[in-house]
Amino acid sequence: MTQEIEPRVTMRGICKAFPGVKALEDVEFTLHPGEVHALLGENGAGKSTLVKVMTGVYQCDAGTVTLDGKEVHISSPAAAQDLGINTVYQEVNLVPTLSVAENLMIERQSSVFGFISWKKTRERARASLARLGLDIDVGRSLGSYSLAVQQLVAIARALDRETKVLVLDEPTASLDAHEVETLFGVLRDIKARGISIVFITHFIDQVYAISDRITVLRNGRFVGTGPVAEVPRMRLVTMMLGRQVEGHTGDRPSPDTIKMEGEALVSAKALGKSRYLKSVDFDLRAGEVVGLAGLLGSGRTETAKLIFGAERADLGEIRIDGQPVSLRTPKQAINLGFGFCPEDRKHDGLILDLTVRENIVLALQSKQGIFRRVGEAEQNRLADEMIKALGIATPDAEKRVGQLSGGNQQKVILARWLVAKPRLLILDEPTRGIDIGAHAEIVALIRKLCAEGLALLVASSELEEIVAFSHRVLVMRDREKVKEIVGQDITQAAIVEAIANS
Amino acid sequence: MRERRLPILATIVVFLLLYAIGGFYFNNFLTTRVFGNLLTDNAFVIIAAIGMTFVILSGGIDLSVGSMIAFVGIVMAVLVRDGWHPLTAALVLIVFGFLLGALMGYIIDAFEIQPFIVTLTSMFMLRGLSAVISQDSVPINHPFAEAFGSFRIPFPIGKGWLSAEALVMIACLIVALIIAHRTRFGANVYAIGGDAQSALLLGVPVRKTVVGVYALNGVFAVVAGIVYALYTSSGYPLAAVGVELDAIAAVVIGGTLLTGGVGLVIGTVFGGLIQGLIQTLIIFDGTLDSWWIRIVIGGLLFVFIVLQKGIMRSVTALGSQGAA
Amino acid sequence: MTELKAKPEAKRSLPTIVWPLLALAVMLVIDGIINPSFFSIRLVEGRLYGSLIDILYRGTPIALIAMGMAIVIGSRGIDLSVGSVVAISGAVMAHYIHADWNPWLIVLVTLGMGAFCGLWNGALVSLLGIQPIIATLILMVAGRGFALMINGPGIPTFRSEFFESLSTGQFLTIPTRLYLVVLVFVILWALLRKTAFGLFVEAVGSNASASRLAGVGTRVITIAAYAIIGVCSATAGIIITGDVRASDAVTSGLYTELDAILAVVLGGASLNGGRIYLANTLVGVLIIQSLTTSILMSGLPPEYNLVVKAIVILVVLLVQAPKLRSSIAVLFGSRGGKVKS
Repeated sequence: MTQEIEPRVTMRGICKAFPGVKALEDVEFTLHPGEVHALLGENGAGKSTLVKVMTGVYQCDAGTVTLDGKEVHISSPAAAQDLGINTVYQEVNLVPTLSVAENLMIERQSSVFGFISWKKTRERARASLARLGLDIDVGRSLGSYSLAVQQLVAIARALDRETKVLVLDEPTASLDAHEVETLFGVLRDIKARGISIVFITHFIDQVYAISDRITVLRNGRFVGTGPVAEVPRMRLVTMMLGRQVEGHTGDRPSPDTIKMEGEALVSAKALGKSRYLKSVDFDLRAGEVVGLAGLLGSGRTETAKLIFGAERADLGEIRIDGQPVSLRTPKQAINLGFGFCPEDRKHDGLILDLTVRENIVLALQSKQGIFRRVGEAEQNRLADEMIKALGIATPDAEKRVGQLSGGNQQKVILARWLVAKPRLLILDEPTRGIDIGAHAEIVALIRKLCAEGLALLVASSELEEIVAFSHRVLVMRDREKVKEIVGQDITQAAIVEAIANS
Repeated sequence: MRERRLPILATIVVFLLLYAIGGFYFNNFLTTRVFGNLLTDNAFVIIAAIGMTFVILSGGIDLSVGSMIAFVGIVMAVLVRDGWHPLTAALVLIVFGFLLGALMGYIIDAFEIQPFIVTLTSMFMLRGLSAVISQDSVPINHPFAEAFGSFRIPFPIGKGWLSAEALVMIACLIVALIIAHRTRFGANVYAIGGDAQSALLLGVPVRKTVVGVYALNGVFAVVAGIVYALYTSSGYPLAAVGVELDAIAAVVIGGTLLTGGVGLVIGTVFGGLIQGLIQTLIIFDGTLDSWWIRIVIGGLLFVFIVLQKGIMRSVTALGSQGAA
Repeated sequence: MTELKAKPEAKRSLPTIVWPLLALAVMLVIDGIINPSFFSIRLVEGRLYGSLIDILYRGTPIALIAMGMAIVIGSRGIDLSVGSVVAISGAVMAHYIHADWNPWLIVLVTLGMGAFCGLWNGALVSLLGIQPIIATLILMVAGRGFALMINGPGIPTFRSEFFESLSTGQFLTIPTRLYLVVLVFVILWALLRKTAFGLFVEAVGSNASASRLAGVGTRVITIAAYAIIGVCSATAGIIITGDVRASDAVTSGLYTELDAILAVVLGGASLNGGRIYLANTLVGVLIIQSLTTSILMSGLPPEYNLVVKAIVILVVLLVQAPKLRSSIAVLFGSRGGKVKS
């Protein structure tokens, strides 16, 4: 970090809070001219929030942003664009039903006597794409092209304006190897023009292939930054997933509590789904916690969803109590005694308009069926019991669940499954977006449930957490299981090594 | 293959098919007179439907056009009775339609209330006001109205002619085509209908466009009302009940996606003519009952909605496949 | 944690029915001022007469449909085809009265027809994934055509003691149709609150994807909601048709979809689904009906009815609009409903 040249963008002490979540806390970020700067972190690390502050989508609560040495206040995406900061989002922010040319030239079409000339407009669109080496029929609708092409169109659109900073949010998430190469070629070309590129990704290989420098965020905090040559893979993975303090594992489950014999409750053999998850196999017994570790996009969540029937597996087999089963719907999994706390609570977990009580009884009710209603008194009893047992902070069970904080919402979903008395509980990122206090409570709860004989499958991006409660850890990489670590061998270092070794 | 063009092709095929059926079964069907009447009789619905096309392209809907037609008719009839020139009345009404449309557009966008319920209120309001103004049919007697009704340009062949109603419709069509395909406003309508969020990020002035769309639709609805009033030479508060449905059906059968973003103004004209043709065929047949019109139109609606659903799936599938 | 503190004074939220009841009370008081004899109820020839009875009596068809609409809107749907279903069921009923069927069998067939219409709508919405407004538009357009088809030429009239007494008769001095409303209300209420159906519909209307992951059969629930409103509309069709003793396929049930939606909205439900307020919806119906009565009594021509109705909807919608609420909250420096921690 000895650059003498003036940075293009400096962000210092950036803080941003949303109701219930501190998304960014005292984060810093420095971007130099003509560099590709990889911004890394798991879901919820704060990278998209940081980028949205830079591009004017959000206003930061505290902190300063300078552009070319001058402090700037970026009040809107339009203001950011006027300053030369352009963004291409993962879910390409173009209109799929419009043609490529219309998307590229919207609000700046060529006109003759005040009327749009599509011929001229298309020519300009073609020329603009040609600069990126793309030669396609610009009259076809954008949606009919692959995401790789859409991505390039979005970049071309950004570059048509005067651009100093180009932000690419997960541009390679859905591209194949060849398309990635094409994109990187374009990026090198843009870089040579002196444009700074912020490259958000979760593919480690790509970071080393294209980036000049790296910044890592974790849980809304700044972890570190540096030239790519000075950050080896192992260190990078540790920065993303683990605490710097290595070795502390808390009171681990002792090996004798691990039942290695007996029939597995769930046994997956080469389970997968085409284009979704390559392959995973494991055995899971009652009273056992199996951790799913890996980087974002490695197949953690995908495994959890296949086991719960939220996605339909089409490869390999799954046996439950020794019987082969084809899981088609969540309902089927629930009837087998499974429960699932999803990663995206707001979208996949909570029913925000309903009360705490209604959210808690929902799974039990769907297990019992529509006509065997859980009685009023029973509902109240269950809800109150769970509010007490899990320490859900709510004035009463009739409060709308949308009004609770993140940690309490997570506890409501846990409560929903606990009252349904499951045999297997699948937790995807159970501590995401939860403050430290609630975090510890939930880890303690996982241990307690396990001691009571429940089987747990827990996907998490927190290595410390995984190490703290797992009897067995499945390490995922590139949508398949690459290593299984058992018992005393489970350490952060071992997991990091398995993830980084490619 | 540009999948977006498939619905309009289907529309034209249906149109030609109906024409062929008519020509095959009935002797006098393939004449310029039948064609001229088709244009004249359906002019007001098609004009309303052209306005509706913009609304639906933008991702909205307007249920008030039928009431607007009745309101325009009754106001015009009363004003003419009071000594106004029909054209002056028309001009005032056009300004009114523009302002009312703009107000609805503003409420829809600024307060994020669903378009169908906002336009529902003006549907009630206009229908109610029409009845308040007059409960009975009011005739329009004016030299201009007579001249309008008897105006004809004979076709070069056959005994058919182009009426004033048809000419107004064609003028509306040309204006609409230019707005839709040759102005930034038109391009922006397609953009916000395709994806309002993205359009906003691309710099499209969404509020201005939404307000503009409903204002434009207001103008077209008023013009439809004027044509209808002159066509029937009267104003009647219960006129044109359900015309909003006919207009929506014309737009959908014309190949425009009901969720917005995809469609062509010219398709709507064919959609309107298809409804007219079905009516004409039933009249020619003489034995078929009129309820067939609604059932056939309902069936066509179903077919086109499902067809579009499939096309949208195939268009977006390419993109989402990669994401899986 | 911070929840308890953040909620200012933890205002116990009033039951949702308070606001529509208040609106109704205001409306009735105004009626009472305009016409002092408004509240009088007389017993003439074993039958109750009076403005209040009149409001209840005339509100019946809308009440039946609005209760179904409340359920469909709760599932984040809408049904524009109810007017057409009224026409279809009226035609079916008239057809079988002419065929001299047993009246109970006719009722069964008519309700079955309503259920079938609802299943069609539900299938389009839930299986084909078509937006509810668009999906139900198809039957709205085609439905009256089918009704005309069943009717055949002209408007079939009929005499049927059974259906007339069902629609216009009375039992123990009270109009029969009011018993019917109570019966349908009790059945629907029991279905919603004594089985898990209500919870499931509200869950699906609030968050379909999360409901699926909690094991709710979202498709079946959606289809059932539309089937129920189909049956409700058919019931209304029986009342309306029995009243005029004729099946008028063109005007029967015209605009009922709008009144029904209005009643649900007046009852305080959001068009974005998630909550079903059955009783509130009935109050909403009474508001609409007493509005109509007030206009008639105030000497204004009945044509003003639509104008006033339009203003009422607009005001209610604007008051409900979250955008306006939040801007008002900002204006008065209130903390609004959001809790921050």
